[in-house]
Amino acid sequence: MEGLHHDTIVDGEEGDPPTKEQVAPVAEDKIDEARDEDFSNKPINRDLTPDERVNLYEQMVRIRRFEERSLRAYQQGHIGGFLHLYIGQEAVAVGSVSALAEDDHVITAYRDHGHALAVGMNMDECMAELYGKKTGCSKGKGGSMHFFAPDKNFWGGHGIVGGQTPLGLGIAYALKFNKKTGACLCFMGDGATNQGPFYESLNLASLWNLPVIYVIENNGYSMGTAEARHSAGEPLARRGTAFDVAWSVSHGHDVYEVRHTINEALERAHKESRPSVLEIITYRYRGHSVADPDQTYRSKEEIEEYKNRKDPINLFKDKLISEGHLNVETAIEIDQRAKEEAAGSADFAQASPLPEPEELMDDIYWETDNPADKTSEGTMFFETP
Amino acid sequence: MAIITYRDALNQALSEEIERDDQVVLMGEEVAQFKGSYKVSEGMLEKFGSDRIIDTPISEAAFSGLAVGAAMMGMRPVVEFMFWSFCYVAFDQIFNNAANVRYMSGGLINVPIVFRGPANGGTNVGATHSHTPENFAANTPGVKVICPATPADAKGMLKSAIRDNDPVCVMENTILYNLQGEVPEDDEFLVPLGKANVIREGTDLSIIAHGKSVHTSLQVAQTLEEAHKVSAEVVDLRSIRPLDTETILASVRKTNRVLLVEENKPFCGVDAQIAFLIQDQAFDYLDAPIKRVSAIDAPQAYSKALENVQIPNHDRVLRKAMELI
Repeated sequence: MEGLHHDTIVDGEEGDPPTKEQVAPVAEDKIDEARDEDFSNKPINRDLTPDERVNLYEQMVRIRRFEERSLRAYQQGHIGGFLHLYIGQEAVAVGSVSALAEDDHVITAYRDHGHALAVGMNMDECMAELYGKKTGCSKGKGGSMHFFAPDKNFWGGHGIVGGQTPLGLGIAYALKFNKKTGACLCFMGDGATNQGPFYESLNLASLWNLPVIYVIENNGYSMGTAEARHSAGEPLARRGTAFDVAWSVSHGHDVYEVRHTINEALERAHKESRPSVLEIITYRYRGHSVADPDQTYRSKEEIEEYKNRKDPINLFKDKLISEGHLNVETAIEIDQRAKEEAAGSADFAQASPLPEPEELMDDIYWETDNPADKTSEGTMFFETP
Repeated sequence: MAIITYRDALNQALSEEIERDDQVVLMGEEVAQFKGSYKVSEGMLEKFGSDRIIDTPISEAAFSGLAVGAAMMGMRPVVEFMFWSFCYVAFDQIFNNAANVRYMSGGLINVPIVFRGPANGGTNVGATHSHTPENFAANTPGVKVICPATPADAKGMLKSAIRDNDPVCVMENTILYNLQGEVPEDDEFLVPLGKANVIREGTDLSIIAHGKSVHTSLQVAQTLEEAHKVSAEVVDLRSIRPLDTETILASVRKTNRVLLVEENKPFCGVDAQIAFLIQDQAFDYLDAPIKRVSAIDAPQAYSKALENVQIPNHDRVLRKAMELI
């Protein structure tokens, strides 16, 4: 694990300068100390019903089985382009989304399958999108990096690293402007913390008291560049102090811990209309995308060690079994169900029609899609099928 | 009909639309307390308050992207760039996010946003502040681009842009801000996007222009008539995308000779597309090759002596017109 992450758990108070401890080098004993803390007793977790707990587990399993099935489809040549898998990070999306209220919104980057399923998009529309089919969530025009479900408060799916950080700010701005008690969870990777618009956004978020929560899913690598080679001044979330934005670093392999972390930031957003930067330490098992050879910048042993010690699904399964909310048979059933659902989604995608060439011209302008609302004149397109 | 400046026409358009729709806001650098770098938003902070007229830090990427996010949620933000040249630091937000979100979401989302500000040279501010990116913007399906040249169009087209359900880039001109003209006071006065204006009728030559070049072309048409007995028609494109191809082609079919004038740089400039259109669809009507006057193909010069030559001026346009007749 050495050099993989910083492993301290720290809480930054708004405006507080970092303590020596907060910037101290990684200490293995800090991981264990932190892992020993039981987040199941935090209020947001304590009040969960048994069904809700099992559902958290099931959502994580569904994401993993969906992505494993999509990987197979990619290897079979059914999926083109990039496929950025979320495997290993499932507890972050599931834990975060499960803590949200009605007027809370989500936006994320290109590694978006987990968030999409967590907000309630179905596997069929997601898999069909990966296959480039007409039945996909974006009619085959978005692809892996661009899933959207505004009816579920999910605003994508954005391909340019850090490009979604001002959009998340704008969603929070619109919520505040329209006097909604809501927040925008804006997910991003550790690599995105080195893009300029993120800092412009942090400044505005704090200056204008906007309820945006930047969730840095730190999986240790900005594509193939390890954190130690891409970022100065760790931990990354501490950069929030420059703008008086509250920040923390926490673990992403414990879904209870994720829920607690997100809930604290949601309360700050809902009650004080203040932003947060939450760095959540996690790990991806697959390459940056599946075309990534994945052997140039980390070892197989490193991946195996994380899987063995911190796999979020196994850890939560064990936890639920020890809590008495789950037994092995039910866990197997859940897994089987998820596999069948994922296989069904691949069958659905395979059987779905491809989009017609004419559909290239749909969904570009509102008024060409809705002739009744047309107010412009003239030629809109200069080459058509 | 009142005679007001281009600047006041923009102010009227913004004010009327802010009053009409509670989701319309104006944001940008110096738009509120400072009343706008070019005083376009004078009096608006006092009238509408700081929730609707919003000063931003110098962070084009963040406030442009913020406005895109808010527009995805149904607001109708108007983003002012102090100069369109400054959009280059927000390129990703405009041309990846605002332009593509509708398409990439399969039509689930639309982005009703206006980006506006001056896009012109001729003011001795050098290469970084003198860009005319209407060709860049119009190269992007998903956005619309307009270049109003008169006070009436400034008002009527900006109002249409704010009511449009997709991103519209409104490219104004600092030199035109003091231009006076008749402007309807009617708060439902709307000029549709995509409709060119034959601003002067003629029979011998079509001069097709947009933005401030329209006014240069009008002066040249006057000279042509007075000094050379040539009747030039001047077509003001007004809108780049959508483009009024019918009006362009009708004028060409009538005069059979075409001069294209723009402040855009020549390579892949707007008029390259117009020239293609004309040869493709009105080739048999042409009695002479299509001629073109654009900005001289160098980074924008600071010195007035150089810039006056660089931007299409009366003499350069007249000289080229004379080659055609």
